[in-house]
Amino acid sequence: MSFPWANHYNPTNPLMKWMDEKLPLPRLVYNAIGAGYPVPRNLNYFWNFGVLAGFCLVLQIVTGVVLAMHYAPNSTVAFASTEHIMRDVNWGWMLRYAHANGASAFFAVIYVHIFRGFFYGSYKAPREMVWLLGVVIFLLMMATGFMGYVLPWGQMSFWGAKVITGLFGAIPVVGEGLQHWLLGGFAPDDAALNRFFSLHFLLPFVIAGVVILHIWALHIPGSSNPTGVEVKSESDTVPFHPYYTAKDGWGLGVFLIIYCTVVFFMPNQFGHPDNYIPANPLSTPAHIVPEWYFWPFYAILRAFTFDIFFIPAKLMGVMAMFGAILVWFFLPWLDNSPVRSGKYRPMFKWFFGALIVDMAVLFYCGGAPAEEPYVMISQIATAYYFLHFLVLLPLIAAMERPKPLPFSITEAVLGADDAAKLAAKS
Amino acid sequence: MADTTGTADPAHIAGSEGEGVRRRDFINIAAVSAAGVGGITLLYPLISQMAPSKDVLAESSTEIDISKIEPGQAIKAIFRKQPLFVRNLTQVEIAEANAVDISTLRDPQTLDERTVEAEKNKKGKENWLITMGVCTHLGCVPLGAGEGEIKGEFGGYFCPCHGSTYDTAARIRKGPAPKNLEVPVYEFTSDTVVKVG
Repeated sequence: MSFPWANHYNPTNPLMKWMDEKLPLPRLVYNAIGAGYPVPRNLNYFWNFGVLAGFCLVLQIVTGVVLAMHYAPNSTVAFASTEHIMRDVNWGWMLRYAHANGASAFFAVIYVHIFRGFFYGSYKAPREMVWLLGVVIFLLMMATGFMGYVLPWGQMSFWGAKVITGLFGAIPVVGEGLQHWLLGGFAPDDAALNRFFSLHFLLPFVIAGVVILHIWALHIPGSSNPTGVEVKSESDTVPFHPYYTAKDGWGLGVFLIIYCTVVFFMPNQFGHPDNYIPANPLSTPAHIVPEWYFWPFYAILRAFTFDIFFIPAKLMGVMAMFGAILVWFFLPWLDNSPVRSGKYRPMFKWFFGALIVDMAVLFYCGGAPAEEPYVMISQIATAYYFLHFLVLLPLIAAMERPKPLPFSITEAVLGADDAAKLAAKS
Repeated sequence: MADTTGTADPAHIAGSEGEGVRRRDFINIAAVSAAGVGGITLLYPLISQMAPSKDVLAESSTEIDISKIEPGQAIKAIFRKQPLFVRNLTQVEIAEANAVDISTLRDPQTLDERTVEAEKNKKGKENWLITMGVCTHLGCVPLGAGEGEIKGEFGGYFCPCHGSTYDTAARIRKGPAPKNLEVPVYEFTSDTVVKVG
């Protein structure tokens, strides 16, 4: 679906005409990310991050496929083959650093994308499905990122695999069996490494599939915008191409400067030195931490050091960690304020800020050792995290008095909308 | 499903059984059921292949020479690709473990249950504490078996991952782990050799 004033695809080149009759793929592209897709004229830079995430996915698939040509998923040689890539393969060091830091970049971009959604109410009707698919993509990304980190078979790889598969052991009755089934053994070994490699190769393509659904679902109501006011007339929109292709191109340039700075000048900044030690099942590193992008959720996992009623601490931690993301699935129904954008929600705005601070605290604690005061701080921050989503959001929606919304996007941008004047007269 | 297609009434073609039930319906249900059962059957090997393979499952037992372990010392051995702690407790550590009121423990067990009774020939083996070196929280290797490693505030083992602390009987005392360190099946084949598994 699109707005009635959308540009129509009208090829003049005979080859393109022929193509349009046989397989209208150029038409699909034109209507999806070309001049045929009308987009609100007032998108700010936070709307660049969807395209950036798409770029990161392509980057990871391209670098990943070529790395797989040199990597060997066997516990005896995995570490050596990773070093072979770093030292012997032509440009191998660059490809691996691009891939490892590409994962960090992907998560950084996706977190901005998600928090953009939180603030501007992008999850609200009629875009619930866009949001739900986005959460699915995030979960798939976490699985893919985790399995990718296991592949170099360094100390952090091994112990990360052991700890994360150990999470499933917390499930009552079936837990241990499930854990052995997932690992194909009693501890991470060849069987686990091989299947992680297989799935790490597969999942990005599954993500690409869900991304297509995500964009498809988005294009039914069309993109939201910083005012949260729906598009009313042609003056509210501009064609995606050339307006947003240009803006996204500029954003991509800025992103690439930052990304390349990391890849070429500080490639191990986000890694952990322990992962340059080959996996040793008999020695746990003194301080096991996942990659930075898992820290907030890792802090939630570790916050439960005491049993709650009959539920053991370990199971509580696991349920809370998964629950912290699963709660996002219910977000469209937990926040039922009719106003979409945080810009017009004076009370919500403050609590959104508090959530950012809370996530920052969890982030810090997740990277810190498991000792006081970090455990207690994690517990408080975890409690607040769930309080925000389950209690505060519904309460704010019920109590808050939002600011008046502009009549239209055009009015928000230009200060006046002719259509608004007409509406006022009648 | 299997509705009329084209102009011919399929009841005439397939033979009517009356009351809207036709032979074609039977064929339909039979075909879909057979395909469904076949599909589910096919899932079994696909799921089962992920379980530990025969070579991994193959019974393995490990023999450990304990003659070199002085009281107060511990060693790390490998049992089924996982670390195993063999610890020679001192009299002080034994007294400490026995002084604990087990009703206050998360996973109540006495030291005897974890040492003497775990072994078949129950005589004078109370000082040998043999446990898996796998934290029952998420599977890290706790510290405390190696020379100079932190033993935690209860003098047993300390897991650096999430701070689980075990006492001198390797019982969980503090932190997120739900159970005591697992005691595997073992047997002293002589005074200096223990066979685990």
